Amino acid sequence: MTPAFSPFLPVLLLLLIALGVGAAILLVSGKLLPGLLKPDNPQAAKLTPYECGAPPRQQGARHRYSVKFYLVAMLFILFDVEAAFLLPWAVQYRTHLWTFWAMLSFLATLLVGYIYVWGKGALDWER
Amino acid sequence: MAGINLDDSVMTTRLDSVINWARRNSLWPLPFGTACCAIEFMSMMASRYDFSRFGAEALRFSPRQSDMLLVLGTVTNKQAPVLRQIYAQMAEPKWVVAVGVCASSGGMYRTYATLQGIDRVVPVDVYVPGCPPRPETMIHGVMELQKKISRESLSARKEHIERFYQSMARQEELQRAKGLTSYQVVREMVLEAGAAGGQQIW
Repeated sequence: MTPAFSPFLPVLLLLLIALGVGAAILLVSGKLLPGLLKPDNPQAAKLTPYECGAPPRQQGARHRYSVKFYLVAMLFILFDVEAAFLLPWAVQYRTHLWTFWAMLSFLATLLVGYIYVWGKGALDWER
Repeated sequence: MAGINLDDSVMTTRLDSVINWARRNSLWPLPFGTACCAIEFMSMMASRYDFSRFGAEALRFSPRQSDMLLVLGTVTNKQAPVLRQIYAQMAEPKWVVAVGVCASSGGMYRTYATLQGIDRVVPVDVYVPGCPPRPETMIHGVMELQKKISRESLSARKEHIERFYQSMARQEELQRAKGLTSYQVVREMVLEAGAAGGQQIW
């Protein structure tokens, strides 16, 4: 027995519900048809930041700030791993010349990265 | 279908009376406590007097989320612009209750430093007498405000709030033009209104 409606009817219903929920949220928050469900009276004095009634120190707290903390933290993790590798190596170090050169090649790889980071100015805090 | 009587199950009313019913029973108080009235306010909110019976237990210490400003105590001239700023930032529609004689008229502080009634700088709906008023008196004041809300039309608060924002714009303008601080400007505006025989700067 075939159903009397198209199998895509649930998709249409889902679309309508999604549109309805979206419209309801926008309506209640006053973004759609402002002034219908709540008083809509934007004023310069009303929209200033609330700082306990004192004049705001600056207009808005949403200013851009540098992400150098992030960069420095990433670099720290990188070179911290190097130190973490060095320590057990130093403890286990015997007279095998091979282990010495192996570690030196590892350090040389990191040294290239270090020079690159330095050259890029990522360690320059004041930039 | 004929013969169904809906009288017992359907109620008809006016839109503004339903909205006012909702508004008066869900007031969100913002306490502006500056003196001993705020101590009485604490007991008003606590279990013995239990202000939540009136649908106004949700205190919000941000003007963005409140619509009833309770001014509890003495407001000095230096605090007048603070009060004005907080009132300006409140959500609409908004009501103001001046609790105690200091907020209502300056009370016993008849001095150059005290604002002689907050109605000089912000619109006030209800004045509660007492120094400080007992919690019963303050509750009575809010009940009077509820009566007032149930009577008013939906556009009743538009006009004076508009005038208030105009006075805020003028305050800002004077502040910039004369290079004065906000309280100096508000003081000047109060004195200017007084010289012209008025009481209010809004």
